[in-house]
Amino acid sequence: MNPSTAILVALVLPMLGALLISLTGSRPNLRESVTLATGGILFLVVASIVPSVLDGGRPEVEVLEVMPGLALAFKVEPLGMLFSLVASGLWIVTSLYAIGYMRGHHEKNQTRFYVFFAVAISAALGVAFARNMFTLFIFYEMLTLSTYPLVTHHRSEDAKRSGRIYMGILMSTSIGLLLLGMIWTWHLTGTLEFTPGGILEGKASSTIIGVLLALYAFGTGKAALMPFHRWLPAAMVAPTPVSALLHAVAVVKAGVFTVMKVVVYLFGTDLLSSTGLSIWLMYVAGATILIGSLVALTKDNLKARLAYSTISQLSYIVLGAALANDWGVIGGSMHIAMHAVGKITLFFCAGAIMVASHKTEISDMAGIGRTMPVTMVAFFIGAVSVIGLPPMGGSWSKWYLALGAADAHQNILVAVLMISSLLNIAYLMPIVARAFFIAPNEPPEHEGIHEAPVLCVVALCLTAAGCVGLFFYAGDLYRLLMPIVQP
Amino acid sequence: MNPGLYNYWIVIVLMMIGFYATIARGNLIKKIIGLNIFQTSVFYLYISMGKVSGGTAPIVGDGITSYSNPLPHVLILTAIVVGVATTALGLALVVRINEAYGTIEEDDIFSQDQAS
Amino acid sequence: MTEHLPILQIIVPLISAPVCVLLRRKMLTWAFSLMVSLAVLCMAAMLLQQVLESGPISYALGNWSAPWGIEYRVDVVNAFVLLLVSIIGAVVLLYAPSSVAKEIPHDRHYLFYTAYLLCLTGLLGITITGDAFNVFVFLEISALSSYMLISLGEDRRALTAAYQYLVMGTIGATFILIGIGLMYMMTGTLNMADLSSRLPSMHGSRTILVAFAFLIVGMSLKLALFPLHMWLPNAYCYAPSVVTAFLASTATKVSIYVFLRFVFTIFGVDFAFENLSLSTFLLPLSLIGIFVASTVAIFQTDIKRLLAYSSIAQIGYIMLGVGLVSATSLTGSIVHLFNHAMMKGGLFLAVGCIMLRIGSVDLADWQGLGRRMPVTMAAFVLCGLSLIGVPMTVGFVSKWYLILAALEQGLWPVALLVLMSSLLAVIYIWRVVETAYFQAPADGAAKVKEAPFLMQVSMWILTGATLFFGVSTSLTVGVAQRAAEWLLGGSQ
Repeated sequence: MNPSTAILVALVLPMLGALLISLTGSRPNLRESVTLATGGILFLVVASIVPSVLDGGRPEVEVLEVMPGLALAFKVEPLGMLFSLVASGLWIVTSLYAIGYMRGHHEKNQTRFYVFFAVAISAALGVAFARNMFTLFIFYEMLTLSTYPLVTHHRSEDAKRSGRIYMGILMSTSIGLLLLGMIWTWHLTGTLEFTPGGILEGKASSTIIGVLLALYAFGTGKAALMPFHRWLPAAMVAPTPVSALLHAVAVVKAGVFTVMKVVVYLFGTDLLSSTGLSIWLMYVAGATILIGSLVALTKDNLKARLAYSTISQLSYIVLGAALANDWGVIGGSMHIAMHAVGKITLFFCAGAIMVASHKTEISDMAGIGRTMPVTMVAFFIGAVSVIGLPPMGGSWSKWYLALGAADAHQNILVAVLMISSLLNIAYLMPIVARAFFIAPNEPPEHEGIHEAPVLCVVALCLTAAGCVGLFFYAGDLYRLLMPIVQP
Repeated sequence: MNPGLYNYWIVIVLMMIGFYATIARGNLIKKIIGLNIFQTSVFYLYISMGKVSGGTAPIVGDGITSYSNPLPHVLILTAIVVGVATTALGLALVVRINEAYGTIEEDDIFSQDQAS
Repeated sequence: MTEHLPILQIIVPLISAPVCVLLRRKMLTWAFSLMVSLAVLCMAAMLLQQVLESGPISYALGNWSAPWGIEYRVDVVNAFVLLLVSIIGAVVLLYAPSSVAKEIPHDRHYLFYTAYLLCLTGLLGITITGDAFNVFVFLEISALSSYMLISLGEDRRALTAAYQYLVMGTIGATFILIGIGLMYMMTGTLNMADLSSRLPSMHGSRTILVAFAFLIVGMSLKLALFPLHMWLPNAYCYAPSVVTAFLASTATKVSIYVFLRFVFTIFGVDFAFENLSLSTFLLPLSLIGIFVASTVAIFQTDIKRLLAYSSIAQIGYIMLGVGLVSATSLTGSIVHLFNHAMMKGGLFLAVGCIMLRIGSVDLADWQGLGRRMPVTMAAFVLCGLSLIGVPMTVGFVSKWYLILAALEQGLWPVALLVLMSSLLAVIYIWRVVETAYFQAPADGAAKVKEAPFLMQVSMWILTGATLFFGVSTSLTVGVAQRAAEWLLGGSQ
């Protein structure tokens, strides 16, 4: 299949899958097989585009021109390739996990869940493959809308309230800020195409470019840059598979991916580094990194702690983009993959703990390592990756980010990165320690090992293995991403 | 003979009387009457502007050389018909409102709606 | 026959109206009206195609040539509006039987179809004519029949709503009549093309200024520009669902067309905007209208009233585009004429389906509707997303052009305000979404089926149009651009 067709197939396949899932809703096993089959085929289709991109090819396909000069079009370049691989690969694993979780937790309305999951993946791929900001915006909004039913899955009062915060913040930022920035860019340059080197060079004064950068950065609410971060903890009301895939991988990564793509292909790293217009963004990202980690320390609810950890980690990627130099961009882009795999492991473990032992607060999780050793070991691996220590993948991205910060002579930000690693240790390691080294408060319900449903465990083992594997395959990632900074 | 602008003054006075009646009166029929007066003032505007000095009614007759402009007359005939239709419809509505509410005073209708 | 298309466009529905009175039987009158509306739609499509290919069409009634005879003049602008009105006329008529059966007494159905056809005639006539006084005549035809249509509503407040609309509408129409009279007095002609060639030499004349003022106020009243919008919420709320759907999508749009025609073609851009700075009047009123109406909409519990206030806000967007006076902004306004008709038509048709099945348009009774009537609620949500301006829907296209126009003129506060008002739309649409999908149906709620097939077809035609024309905009935006350039070019 040639790459251009593969792009279209990759976008349409999940939607077809959603249709099939809604039709097979009454037969759960058939329905689950559809989900897994779609996920498997999708990953293969996306992977088939990789060789072409590695060779320097940029497969593209234009679907139609929506308004004069604004086309719905797709073009795969290394950054998009990375994101699409992450999203489609982790979808399969999450589907495995979701099957185990939803059945183990006896969740209702499972068909609706799988349908919107598929639609959301299609939207994420649309964001990954977008050739211009217009197409990206379309799929960005589609992602918000398709994940709303997932976030509010339980339809309780809590879910309704959190849904309001979710929609409220994401729609306000995207309509109020991002759309404004987008139309303004169109007005200034007459195009919205992602172009290596950017399109804004010489088109407007520095102040205006600075304002535009702010509109894009804050307008991308999914990147959870403070102060527009509240939706992430609010979205934790969703079932854990949703939190895992969407809020550790698809939704948030779509956000930071957008920021990275805008910085590299709309503004151009040369423009930003030579004018220093993104320095304020570095500091906002740095602040988010620190404040996110500090708040995470205070949270006893495991998912809430992980949510604030995500907010903090996302700003690593924004920081990488804001540094606007080679190491920064590479480090930030690599972190998209590293953090995704690491965080998803942590969320899977959180969900597994909830299903197996009904515990959500960390203070209750003493000694749980005895009853759920596999889960907690996987948690440990994921935590080390998130903290950024070898031999887990996360260490590479942190290393490049630190190099980038040093390269830009932003020593304060190097310090921020280091302090943040310490904070990460502070809020993640105690969980592991508590699980293994402290005796439980009350005798456990079940004697011996009582893990979560087997599919959940398989999934989290796979992602934990991924954390380790990415350490060794980081070189391949680097090769994939190099052309972004050195075309 | 210079007629001056007195026709326009009459138009304005009638227009204001009609407008005031429509707005200030609470009785639905009085509103329609006001509307009629308002519309009639506009008719006068058109017809009086069509008058040619020394011209007679625009009906062809022997020995007459100067006629008033017939077009405004035609326009106003149309407008009168429109006015009649509007009045008829308005009065029909008032009859139905009376059946439904038992009153044709705007304030009473309003308070009945508030109560329900 | 094609050379008589302009007059046939009017004569066919006009003659068909009394035929309906003769036909009497409910289904027969409906079928007949539907045939007529489809014929009208074909004619409008043919006219648009002809105009796009060969330029404006001029048709002299009874072979009395302009400027002494009445002339029908079809150019890009009114061909587009003709098409819009006939599409809505046909689609809503397709939808009508079941809804009318529920909401209007059976012995009045044939009268309903008669008045519907008359209203359609009036709206088409306003759009197609090239004679200023003819506009007034057709304006009154459409107005009178719409008063009658509104009064057919079940609630007794429909009568007072119709009466209030009658009084205000007549005042508005009479103001327009005064304006036309004063223009005639100064130029001696009623033909639009002739007026536009004679008026420029008279721009200093006080009479012309007064004429302009009366016309603007009269037209603003008919198109429900804030603060002359008071008749609209009650009229839309208490009228039968079919009537609301029809009027919401056409009546104000045609009035906006009249505004465009008088201001741009007859008076010209220079007079209206440079001499008199009409923008200073339009821009603030439109913006205030958008915000006030959207905010009031948020607090409504009656869905029809909510959508009525939403309509006032959307009209504010269109007038904002007119006030910005650029090719881009006028493109946005004209395309929003079409887009809003599709969106609001779809929304009101969905409301009508729900009214048919559960008998209520109060938000409290809509609990759990997402489960009880999933297909209808899906259509409602899709059209609602279009109101918000989600990309790939028509609402996005209009907003894009309006914001672009504001930015082109450096008016970034206006752009920001337009975007903020979209967020208000998110709030009021989301209230409905939450009630329908997040609350369980009330205890006594009966199981209801979806609406009848024909009603669903109509509703989905319009909902589909909001999606289709949001993705493939070449027809609507292309025509709107040509229309905008035509209006600004000041050609005959």
